[in-house]
Amino acid sequence: MKHKLSKIGVALSSLCLCAGAMAQSGEIRVLVANHPYGELLKLSIPQFEKDTGIKVNVESLQESQLTQKLTTEFATKSSTVDVFMTRPLQEGKMFSKNGWYAPLADYDFSDYPKNIMNAASFGGKPYIVPLVTEWQVLYYRKDLLQKAGLKVPTNFDELEAAAQKLNSESVAGIASRGKGAAAVTQVSSYIYNYGGQYLDKGTAAFNSKPAIDAVRYYGKLLGNYGPKGVTSMSWENIMPLFQAGKIAMWTDASVFYGQIVDQSKTQIPVANFDIANFPAGPKTNAPFIVSSWGISVANQSKKKDLALKFLNWASSKEMAIKGMMGNITMARSSVWVDPVVRSKMNPGLIETRAFAAENGTPVDRPYMSAVGEARDLIGELVIESINTKGTSNKLDQLAKEKANRVNELLKESGEYGK
Amino acid sequence: MIQSSFTERNLRVLFPLPAIVFIGLLMVFPILYTLYLSFTNWNLTSGMGPSFVGLDSYLRVFSEPRFLHALGRTFTFTVFAVAVEVVLGVAIALILNRAFVGKSLAKLLLLLPLVATPIAVGIVFNLFYDPTIGLLNFTLDALGLPQGRWISSENTVIASLVMVDVWQWTPMITLIVLAGLAGLSEEPVEAARVDGASEWQILRYVTIPMVMPVILTAMILRLIDALKTFDIIFAMTGGGPGYASETLNIMGFKYSFEYFRIGQSSVILVALFLVVLLCSLGIMKLRESSEK
Repeated sequence: MKHKLSKIGVALSSLCLCAGAMAQSGEIRVLVANHPYGELLKLSIPQFEKDTGIKVNVESLQESQLTQKLTTEFATKSSTVDVFMTRPLQEGKMFSKNGWYAPLADYDFSDYPKNIMNAASFGGKPYIVPLVTEWQVLYYRKDLLQKAGLKVPTNFDELEAAAQKLNSESVAGIASRGKGAAAVTQVSSYIYNYGGQYLDKGTAAFNSKPAIDAVRYYGKLLGNYGPKGVTSMSWENIMPLFQAGKIAMWTDASVFYGQIVDQSKTQIPVANFDIANFPAGPKTNAPFIVSSWGISVANQSKKKDLALKFLNWASSKEMAIKGMMGNITMARSSVWVDPVVRSKMNPGLIETRAFAAENGTPVDRPYMSAVGEARDLIGELVIESINTKGTSNKLDQLAKEKANRVNELLKESGEYGK
Repeated sequence: MIQSSFTERNLRVLFPLPAIVFIGLLMVFPILYTLYLSFTNWNLTSGMGPSFVGLDSYLRVFSEPRFLHALGRTFTFTVFAVAVEVVLGVAIALILNRAFVGKSLAKLLLLLPLVATPIAVGIVFNLFYDPTIGLLNFTLDALGLPQGRWISSENTVIASLVMVDVWQWTPMITLIVLAGLAGLSEEPVEAARVDGASEWQILRYVTIPMVMPVILTAMILRLIDALKTFDIIFAMTGGGPGYASETLNIMGFKYSFEYFRIGQSSVILVALFLVVLLCSLGIMKLRESSEK
């Protein structure tokens, strides 16, 4: 009996040792977004595990839930996350201020555009490796424009004229996000092209004349020629309408192109869809081009060496090329000049990216810690403008009030005037 | 031996102990912690930890027009949803209480909305309400009736959400009331019939008063739930358009997970907690008096 017990004891302890050794050889927890690149990472992780012997526990979440989960875990200091995908412009400032990103001093950032690195660095030091980039474009229905005898709009006057001509009972002339906070990123390019911006040197600037003019124009376009109920629409509501042939033109981020030209998801022959540069405004043409997703190591991670190994792999040029082949627009500069990629990638994406990279603005929202609340405040302006088709006489007063509120937020988080 | 007598002597304490510990950890602690946080100014965007500010967060939240609107909306939504659910639920229960062909099938069908996941219900109703490609407008158009913008319009969003809540939760009232009706004795009804009461009089003066305590119980359950409704509104509108369907629960969620104002979000949740508590106490009082 005693003998038997001791045998079991030995077996148990060797089992514990095994488990211990396994844990040492590596197990990390990775949180990714359910973005096409997150999906690609998930598909490729088994190969990474085979090559390195590191076991990766991956969890995939919708973008706002990812932020919520990370925030809750980090704020309560109970996190076991080692690596995570992150949105530099949305949560970067707040995360870095709370010390949740680990510094990436030894990473080679030479392959990334300088303006994109600005949003990935805090206090001059890099904390995020940019993964995906996106810029504002105009999607349109070639067949409808042709039938109406229209050329692709290149400026706001032409855009409005085309929207008017294409608008009918069954097809909306133009769509863009109208749902308050979600619309803010898309209105940004309109504001830039009118010569305005959201913030200027750490102070709210969207109550300036150019910015208000842009919001009015946006409201006029969507209020008159937009789909019904546009003030409750984000991209996920517009996409099915566009694919069902209910919308003639759509301004949004380039990231949706792959989905639009996927014949299995649309009732319209995909040859009828096309992509063009965002039209110029009265002042300039500087649509946003931003790094929408990056990847970081969690500062509280106890396995930083393994985490870094994963991060290096997930942001490697090989993975970036894989992403490009799947129509995911990656942030690395070198993959855009890779001849193999160029021969496979859609020319419309390459051209519009080249234009935005040269002329674009590297931010698409008020870049501040309290961005969530600021977006809701600016969103109120957008909704008011759409509801009144751009004619609201309260817009100036409202913009002033909201700008004051945003300035208060900047003061509360110690970012005012910086 | 000593041990076993200890166990025996303290059985009354030991058996419920796990449940008490569980409730303490998972219910009492979060409530107390939320209460503590509501007296702080914890705001993650400032990068600083919580510091005690007394009633400051309360004053700031209560002076926000947005909070008062959300409070009003919480009541509007609840009152309309629960009123319609109770009237419809009781009516359906009275119908189902009679014998007719296909009764069990009708009961089964009635149960279906109740077992559906609210988020899935929200997504399906979003498509149903879509102003351009939705089934509702399509049907109205085919019938030659005017179309609406439903959840996309500030004027109709609450009514549209109430409709979804009614669709999902009326069966619950029906089930509870049906159980109450089944437990009633037949004698008072027969006595009334012998005395020459009409069907309506029997319903109005005999059946309904007898089943009233059950109706009120069902109402309390629904009321508490409706005040706290989150899933359907979150999945369908997220509080929009603008803030037109923002209830206290949605506002509390936005304050903590989108604005990261943990202190002020706790104030909103404490307020919601009090609202639910006071409403339930009120109805319980009503129930007591109806039982007397």
